Amino acid sequence: MNTQGIGTMRGYPRSDGRKGIRNVVAVGYLVECAHHVAREIAIPFREHDVHVIGFPGCYPNDYADRMMERLCTHPNVGAVLLVSLGCESFNKYALERAVRTTGRPIKTIVIQAAGGTRKSIEEGRAFIAEQRALLDAAPTVPMDVSELVIGTVCGGSDGTSGITGNPAAGRAFDQFVEEGAACIFEETGELIGCEHIMAARAATPALGVELEASVAKAARYYATLGYGSFAAGNADGGLSTIEEKSMGAYAKSGASPITGLIKPGDIPPRGGLYLLDVVPDGEVRFGFPNINDNAEIAELIACGSHAVLFVTGRGSVVGSAISPVVKICANPETYRRMEDDMDVDAGRILEGKAGLAEVGREIHDLVVSLGAGERTKSEQLGHQEFILTYKSFEPIGPACLPAA
Amino acid sequence: MEPERGLEAPLQEEDVPAANDPRLLLLNDGDNVLVARTRIAEGEALHVDGAEIRLAAPLSIGHKLARRDIVPGEKILKYGAPIGSATAAIPRGAHVHVHNVKSDYTPTHHLLDEQAAAGGKA
Repeated sequence: MNTQGIGTMRGYPRSDGRKGIRNVVAVGYLVECAHHVAREIAIPFREHDVHVIGFPGCYPNDYADRMMERLCTHPNVGAVLLVSLGCESFNKYALERAVRTTGRPIKTIVIQAAGGTRKSIEEGRAFIAEQRALLDAAPTVPMDVSELVIGTVCGGSDGTSGITGNPAAGRAFDQFVEEGAACIFEETGELIGCEHIMAARAATPALGVELEASVAKAARYYATLGYGSFAAGNADGGLSTIEEKSMGAYAKSGASPITGLIKPGDIPPRGGLYLLDVVPDGEVRFGFPNINDNAEIAELIACGSHAVLFVTGRGSVVGSAISPVVKICANPETYRRMEDDMDVDAGRILEGKAGLAEVGREIHDLVVSLGAGERTKSEQLGHQEFILTYKSFEPIGPACLPAA
Repeated sequence: MEPERGLEAPLQEEDVPAANDPRLLLLNDGDNVLVARTRIAEGEALHVDGAEIRLAAPLSIGHKLARRDIVPGEKILKYGAPIGSATAAIPRGAHVHVHNVKSDYTPTHHLLDEQAAAGGKA
């Protein structure tokens, strides 16, 4: 491990053996009808690690249940407040039980039982004030780089993303994998065209088959929808096709062998490089696989990501609830325009001012510094975006996680 | 896939084949497109694969230019990999984008025509 000169990581120990680099109170609304109350509860604490997450649907969904459970028991979460309207279908009993089992303080407020909006807000804020005081005094323990789980996503991609930011994030991933950390890359819909070269990096031939199948599934899914995972701004930035975007996006995975294929909510069992399959199984249901970047970020975090590397060319400003988002700006023109939002200026690679290896190390060291008290730009700016929608998945097959 | 040439160390002039203007990046020797490392103004003279061309329209950073003449139906190669097919003849030095390239998988959604109609506003 090489963390000399970049501070020592400290983590909050959790009952499942994982450690958090943040100690957040998660306020989870269990239907859109409880969203306002949840938001109002959190507002006075918005700069004090109280983050709102939730599921807007009134009707049950196994995927959403699992996502909410994984997020509420994420190592960066120290306490949980659930806000229910009362008549929605979400199984709040099971979620509360799952969180309580981990030893985390949890309270559920049912708005209809509490006497409405005002009383629920008062009750919620009192619980949070109490929990914040406890969490702020919580002890930390040393944490090793090998204990980290790191995700990567790209959003607002342009013609520079695949040349600077994405391969630099890939270099950081290579270093983390070498140090024993678990790294997750994703968006199978943005690996269309790369499936064969990716499969060749699989730890076993059977895993290679699964990797190819996951991209074929994404291609089928998007073909049915009639759109690729491609936004108008991608074309504005010089990307002409989904294959071109994919080749650039694929560079985020670095050069390590691929250890496994996971689905949202699956936690990597050990260090290594994992592909997260984010496209639902079965026939096309519930619309777009990921309606925006934050849907993917939430899934990476549900897989245990302590931090997420976000490469942008056009200039995304988002952060996330629960885990810090590191913004890597691929385009030097964008960086100059939006420096306040960007943690890393990878565009200087195009300008001949730095190499991939140097920027990769900078990204690596920045993530480690987040475990030593540093905050990302999006955290400092109060970004806590979150979105969760309906999906359906089958569990992963036995070939997806070959034994070490 | 990593660009074959790699950008491991800062780009030096000698990394860029003399045949091409230093503001253009060749990501893989097999590619038939070059990528703009910076914004290049309309009317500028550029060396592309040894020949001098004059840029017909401004080229934005990250956008592509044909490295040589490309015939309709030919694969567009970038990073050494196919990224789609030409829908028209593309002469050396011309902008390679959604107006003359299509995906071999799913169609590309863009608002470039709308944007042009709105006077080029972002």
